[in-house]
Amino acid sequence: MIELKELCKTYSSSSGDVEALRDINLSIRDGEIFGIIGLSGAGKSTLVRCINLLERPTSGSVIIDGQDITQLPRPELLRMRRTISMIFQGFNLLEQRSVLRNVTFPLEIAGVRKQAAKEKAMALLKVVGLEEKANAYPSQLSGGQKQRVAIARALASDPHYLLCDEATSALDPNTTRSILELLRKINKTLGVTIVVITHEMKVIDQICDRVAVIDQSRIAEMGKVSDVFTNPKSQIARELILPQDRAAIDTTGGKKIRLIFDGMHSQEPIISRMTLDCQAPVNILFADTKDFDGIVYGHMIIELPTDDNQASKILTWLKNSPVKWKEED
Amino acid sequence: MLSETFYKLWEAGILQRGIWETIYMTFLSTAISYAIGLPLGVVLNITDREGIYPVAWLNRVLGVIVNFFRSIPFIILMVAMLPVAKLVVGTSLGNSAMIVMLVIAASPYIARMVESSLKEVDAGVIEAAQSMGSNNFQIITKVLLPEAKPALIMGAVISMVTILGYSAMSSTIGGTGLGQIAISYGHQRFNPDIKWICVFLTVIIVQIIQEVGTAIAHRTDKRITK
Repeated sequence: MIELKELCKTYSSSSGDVEALRDINLSIRDGEIFGIIGLSGAGKSTLVRCINLLERPTSGSVIIDGQDITQLPRPELLRMRRTISMIFQGFNLLEQRSVLRNVTFPLEIAGVRKQAAKEKAMALLKVVGLEEKANAYPSQLSGGQKQRVAIARALASDPHYLLCDEATSALDPNTTRSILELLRKINKTLGVTIVVITHEMKVIDQICDRVAVIDQSRIAEMGKVSDVFTNPKSQIARELILPQDRAAIDTTGGKKIRLIFDGMHSQEPIISRMTLDCQAPVNILFADTKDFDGIVYGHMIIELPTDDNQASKILTWLKNSPVKWKEED
Repeated sequence: MLSETFYKLWEAGILQRGIWETIYMTFLSTAISYAIGLPLGVVLNITDREGIYPVAWLNRVLGVIVNFFRSIPFIILMVAMLPVAKLVVGTSLGNSAMIVMLVIAASPYIARMVESSLKEVDAGVIEAAQSMGSNNFQIITKVLLPEAKPALIMGAVISMVTILGYSAMSSTIGGTGLGQIAISYGHQRFNPDIKWICVFLTVIIVQIIQEVGTAIAHRTDKRITK
């Protein structure tokens, strides 16, 4: 378990102090995939670097498996870091080493014998599907392949935790999806606890169990992804989850209704039934729904007809239905 | 007439000796200078504010020393350092003394060259190595130096050519080699042919060093897709 307690980080510079993190309290349970989302500059990269002490927090404690690692002497901290691997947005592979020797790097650091290291690296390259690239060099790989090598390298030291710092932000949507699937597979099969830092909600809802939303150096909101996704409480979470482009929604002027799907009504063709029952058309302005283990969560914004009669018919229908909804302004 | 002069000098073994002495002085000075300049450059890099082991005062002190030696023109440095040569090799004459001078001049230069080559290594890669629990020594030997290898080799080529130039200058105070032949046989005895022959041979040596060095740097660089 990773516990952060009253964590603060302040950078002092000639132009004054900058608070990067303020009073962060959170705990990440073993075996889960925990997401940390925020806009750039919110402090999430600093936060993840405090977990392995690449950044020293100004105050507060970082407790890993019950041990406050801010108190550890350096050699023990270095040993501890082997159990907390990290992958990066820029992949950060050693350009002058082959793929195989990149994966054996952490084992070399730990003093593992060459032959054993090589065998392990080959096995890991197989896990990430790149065993035929063992003798290639990073410059010969695509972005997605580089990140797979970085993942294999991160797994070489048998870590309990894997920190992912914007690991998919430099990748295209298809590659992103396959990398996220790989991370989920690693979480399920190897039981590695994963911390995902991202600015993209789709990354969070594709693989995370719980999420913390960071805004202005603090945690604005934290909870199960399905809860935060369907019912965001903080302003920042709403901004991240709900449509960014308000202009697209400002249309002709019918009443706008937000329908909230929270897993109860996913089997029913609600919109069709509503329009058929009411004999009135609706305009779907925005829809973002996600499938979590066969249950649909999400939002949809519909615009009612300008005709008052038809609009009130639909409102009455909605009032009598089990669908959660509210009027948008 | 040029070829005649060349033939005569060759027959007398003067040119061969000159070439050998130039190469010997250049290579030996470069090797010794790297033995000093490489570690110095590494220390300058890692103790920098942005380095992996920032030590502001040490970085500053070394920086000042390096700048001091680099700011003195070689010809003056050479004369000023004669007593040091005497202290180190027991004489202030001959090639051994000249090598001491070349090392004093080249080491700070090489230190800066190494420092800037290491600065080119991606900070993210260093951070990745740190996240895996590497200690600073491992980062130097397994990340900084290997990742900067092509730049370091190119730097070595530039340094070697500079040292070759310095070695010719050292003939003004008793060094030997092609520079000395050009000055004492060519310039002082009013024989421009000899001067040009020495220039020509020097150009060839420099070309070979440059081409071979570039080829090695290119071949070892794995960033280039072949």
